[in-house]
Parts: sequence; structure tokens; C-alpha cells
Amino acid sequence: MNSVKPNSYRSGPDERGHFGIFGGRFVAETLMPLILDLEKAYTEAKADPAFQSEMNGYLKNYVGRPSPLYFAERLTEHLGGAKIYLKREELNHTGSHKVNNVLGQIMLARRMGKKRIIAETGAGQHGVATATLCARFGLDCVVYMGAVDVERQQPNVIRMEMLGAKVIPVQSGTRTLKDAMNEALRDWVTNVHDTFYCIGTVAGPHPYPTLVRDFQSIIGNETKAQMQEIEGRLPDSLVACIGGGSNAMGLFHPFLDDSTVEIFGVEAAGHGLTQLHAASIAGGRPGVLHGNRTYLLMDADGQIQDAHSISAGLDYPGIGPEHSWLHEIGRVNYLSATDDEALAAFQLLSKLEGIIPALEPAHAIAKVMELAPKRAKDHLMVVNLSGRGDKDVPQVGDILRGKSK
Amino acid sequence: MTTRIDTRFAELKKAGRAAFVTFVMAGDPDPATSLEIIKALPKAGADVIELGMPFTDPMADGPSIQAAGLRALKVGMTLKKTLDLVRGFRKDDNATPIVLMGYYNPIYIYGVDKFLGDAKAAGIDGLIIVDLPPEEDDELCLPAMKAGLNFIRLATPTTDDKRLPAVLANTSGFVYYVAITGITGAAAADASSVSEAVTRIKRHTKLPVCVGFGIRTPENARAIASHANGAVVGTALIDALRNSLDADGRATGKTVNAVAELTAALAQGVKGAQQAAE
Ligand SMILES: Cc1ncc(COP(=O)(O)O)c(C=O)c1O
Repeated sequence: MNSVKPNSYRSGPDERGHFGIFGGRFVAETLMPLILDLEKAYTEAKADPAFQSEMNGYLKNYVGRPSPLYFAERLTEHLGGAKIYLKREELNHTGSHKVNNVLGQIMLARRMGKKRIIAETGAGQHGVATATLCARFGLDCVVYMGAVDVERQQPNVIRMEMLGAKVIPVQSGTRTLKDAMNEALRDWVTNVHDTFYCIGTVAGPHPYPTLVRDFQSIIGNETKAQMQEIEGRLPDSLVACIGGGSNAMGLFHPFLDDSTVEIFGVEAAGHGLTQLHAASIAGGRPGVLHGNRTYLLMDADGQIQDAHSISAGLDYPGIGPEHSWLHEIGRVNYLSATDDEALAAFQLLSKLEGIIPALEPAHAIAKVMELAPKRAKDHLMVVNLSGRGDKDVPQVGDILRGKSK
Repeated sequence: MTTRIDTRFAELKKAGRAAFVTFVMAGDPDPATSLEIIKALPKAGADVIELGMPFTDPMADGPSIQAAGLRALKVGMTLKKTLDLVRGFRKDDNATPIVLMGYYNPIYIYGVDKFLGDAKAAGIDGLIIVDLPPEEDDELCLPAMKAGLNFIRLATPTTDDKRLPAVLANTSGFVYYVAITGITGAAAADASSVSEAVTRIKRHTKLPVCVGFGIRTPENARAIASHANGAVVGTALIDALRNSLDADGRATGKTVNAVAELTAALAQGVKGAQQAAE
């Protein structure tokens, strides 16, 4: 942990997109002018009250915000410790937090006059959100998805196609999220003139980690106000799962300077940290991929390693650069949950609260099961329930019936 | 500091012809065959060798070069072994410039200073690192220049006149004009738009301008070489290599020749080009 604390944990990145040594703009020259344009458009949009008010209208009436902050009474009783609140991002239109960011980026794309939208997706939630808003605004939509993920997240593939998007199964590399991102970048480099790349998490070259964080921060801002209203104070701890880290960053960022709030990010430990997993902070080190410097899973030669998680949305060998910085500076604790722990949490929440979570936030619930019993009964713990489990029902059903593993 | 690259382009200028720049992947399909291939390239007419550094996630490359990198990684290629390969080549050839081309992460993990020292010692002359735009010059470009290696920058159709000075500022050796927006192995650019772009770049720099992406045939090579100081061919050579492999992706008796023959044909194309007056 660093001994020198910054005045604020919320002031990053610097003008070159760095959070400490992390972040940056490691892209091909072809893309550099595009990300500079994007940065300019975003800066202008942020300063334009009309942009914010239009977005607020859609957030309320199309997405269905604010999402409730729900006291999970039976889960709390069952665990016998902290008072657990669920931030119900799974109730958003399209079923996850991803739509918050997509709405922002699609509105930016419209401002920039871009007519063709591309996206990468793992679990398909970001793809579905992108396909949805493209349908709403009459834009062409192409979604890259690893062939392995196309297989295990069929319901979302069907949804995207119904919404008019073209889903391209990616056969290169490990055929998961990382390769979908490579393929989306290859598309972008080719179709620079009319295409907007809608990145689904707080990763990629600057300014993506910042703009995705800003669009997702509505999660934390609402949570702060809602907790104030319900309990009259700040929460004591926050827990969220981490793929690239956008639902986590959205919840965490507004609280970073509230020093009494303990913050936990949960990576996917897959089969376990000594075997195949997707926990880049626990098992990786700083490297450069997909436009930024961040913690990555790689071998001694700097080759990127295969990640594994039961959850397609967490199956990525990297993490957003701001998380890498928050880890190094010691503001956020990064934990990890295995496939089996997530499956157990998936079932527990379904049975106790009547809420079937997506496998991704089931990782966060798994760590709540460990953390909550060790906390006092007046400890207020917020978990980001980033998505609903409909997409995972076939996969988990097969696993539970012993048909596959 | 004069590098082999500077010397080679000065010679070619005197001879009044464009450079033929070949790209192959280090360690593809195995280190021993790869060494034979790069040794054969100058004999077949290559003036400059670009040697790909294998990487798992080559974001700007098409399927052929992706597959070449994976073939090399599968047989255990590493950055250190790439440097060994160049050392092997330098035993018999101290004139042909070698430029390493690839992505930053393996170099970052090797350690920038150690890499630059080892690369220079191995006989490497320049670097083309796809994911290091001028905005990240502190990472490797400036240290490389200090270490006496050329840092060759890519200019692209999206690099407008306003941006060109920034792109060219710390460039040395030559400028690599990527003729299309796209990945390696995609469609060819037409000669007239290339000519326009090269003229535009030359208004900003005295460095030679080589053009690549999409050149596959001796005719393409001739057309491009009449408008530029060099033509770069990669995917076509790698496709020829791949077509010579056995069903398990291993080298056969035909592999080295397959690359050498296409190199010779392409070199004829480049040499047939009329050099545009400077
Ligand atoms: C429901 C849900 N939660 C979390 C994630 C992980 O992404 P992030 O870490 O960016 O929130 C995904 C990604 O697909 C998701 O679908």
C-alpha cells in the first residue's frame, strides 16, 4: 500500500488518461484521431445541460431509473450479521447495469453523427443493451461475441438478433470476451469513418474508462441518496463483482472519498486461483492490452493467458485501469469468488429473496456470504445486483442437473 | 547516429529504386525454419526485413498474421528467442536492416531498458510498435532513440495534416504509410490515393516513406513502388508459407522456397518500378 494518499481518490485521470501508472492510450495510429475526437465530443457533451437533461429523460422513462435500493431481509437474517441492501440494477430495462453506459455512449454517437455502432460482449448483456438502444434510435448495430460465449449465453444471442443486431461469433484466440474485443477493434480500425465503438466496461484507451465510469456513476449516486433516505447515513461497505469493472466502478466512485466506507471488488476465481481463473488483480501484474496499462493475466513472456470463469461476463484476463490504481493505492480491497461459490450464491439468493441473479453478481453475493456474518448487525452493506439471471437459466440448469460442468 | 536502415535507403536512393520490405513472423513455423527463411530473404531480393514479434492479441492484424503468430507461440517462441533469431541472422549478414514489428506488452514485460540493450546488441536496427502512438512516446520511442534504434512510426489515412507533425516528430529510419484503414491482409489501396498520401507526408519530412497493407502481387508492388520509397509485403508471404506446411502446420521441404520464390517475384515488381522524381 502506498503511504502517500492523494487529496481525493476521485480526481483521475490526468489529461493523458492515466490513473497513476495505469490507463493511457495504447492504440494504433489509425484509431488515435478517433479517440481524440471522442474525448472532445464527450467534454463538450458533459458541459451541455441539454445532453444531461435528454439523458435523464431516457434514464427515467426508458431504462426505468432510479433502481430500488432493497433491504434483503431474509438474506440478512440467514447470514446473521450486516444489514444487506441490494442495488437492483437487474430491474433496469434489458436486465443489467450495462444500459446506463450504453445510453450515454449512444447519445454521444448521435451527437457525433455516427450511424453504425459496434460492441464487444461477453455475457451478452452489453450486447443486448447496445442492440436495444440501436433499435430505439435507428442505428446499425454489430456485436462481436466469442464463439464460446455465443454457446453459453444463447438467450442473449437470440435477443440481440430479435432487436435487429448482427451478432458475429468470434473464432480467434480463446473465443471469449478478450477476442471479441480484439475483433471489435479490428472492425473499428477498418470502418473509421462511420463507426462508433461502444465499449462495455471501464477499460480500453482513454477516454473510455472515464466516460463509462461517469455514465455508470448514477448507480453510486442513487445509492448514496437512497441510503440517506432509508437509514439517514452512509453505508458502511460496498460489494460488487468485477469483469472489466463497470458496475463496480459505478457503485464505488461516488464513495471513494468517504473514508468510512469499506469497498470490496470481487473478481472471478474460476476453478481456483491456482488453476484457471479470471482474477487479474489476484493473479496478474501490470501490462498493456486493449489500449491501456492495467493488471493482466499473462505468462513470463508477456503473452496474454486464457481466463476462465463460469460467468461469461467476468471471463476476461484484465480489469479497468482505475481499479488497478485503486488496488495499488489501497482504497479498494479486491477479493475473488470461485465458480462453485458463485453457483451456491446464485441458488441462495434465488431461494431466499426470490431474485435470480446473473452469475456475475452471484460472485459478489458469494463474498457477502463471507463478509456479512463477520459484521455487526448495524453495519450497512450494499451489494450491486448488476444483472438478472434469465440469461444463465439454461446454463445453470444444465449444471445443476449434472448435465455439464 | 547512422543505422543500417539509413545506410540502406541512402544506397537505394543512389541506385534510383525503391526498397522492397518483407514482413515475416519470427519463429513461424518453427525457429530453425524461420532462420532459414530470413536468411533467404535478402538473397531473393529483400532490402529490409521486418520481423514480427509473436503476440497473443494482435489487434491490428488480419487472420493470416494472427495465425502466424499463434503458430510461433505454439512452438515456444518468445521475445528472447526472437532476439536469438536475429543474432543467428547477423552471423552472415551485417548489412540488411532488421526491424522488429509488433505490440508493446512483450517488450514492457521484458523490461524496456534491458530490451533496448539486448536488441541493439543482437543487431536490430529499428522498431515498429503498433500500439504506441506519439501520445505514448515516453514509453519506448524516446528511450529507443537514445539507445540508437530507429523508431518507425505508422502514418495512416486518418493521420491528417494537423496531426502529421506530431506523428513524424520522433520518427526516424523511415515512415511506414499504412495505405488503408484496416487490418493487415485486407484489400489493397489504389496507387493514386497512395501517391497523394505519400506526397502529403513528404511535405512534412525528409525521411523515406514506405507503403504497406494490401500489397500481394508483383504488379501491386510495382504500382506502389513507383509512388513511394519502398513497398512492404507481409500477408502474401505468410500465406505462401502457410500453404507449404503439412496438415499439422509443420514445415516441409517446400517451406523456405515457397517464401523465397514469392519474394523474388515481388522484388522483380519493385525493381521494375519507375522511381518518381524526388
Ligand atoms: C450482469 C453483469 N454484471 C457484471 C458484468 C461484468 O462487467 P463489469 O465488470 O464491467 O460490470 C457483466 C458483463 O457482462 C454483466 O452482464
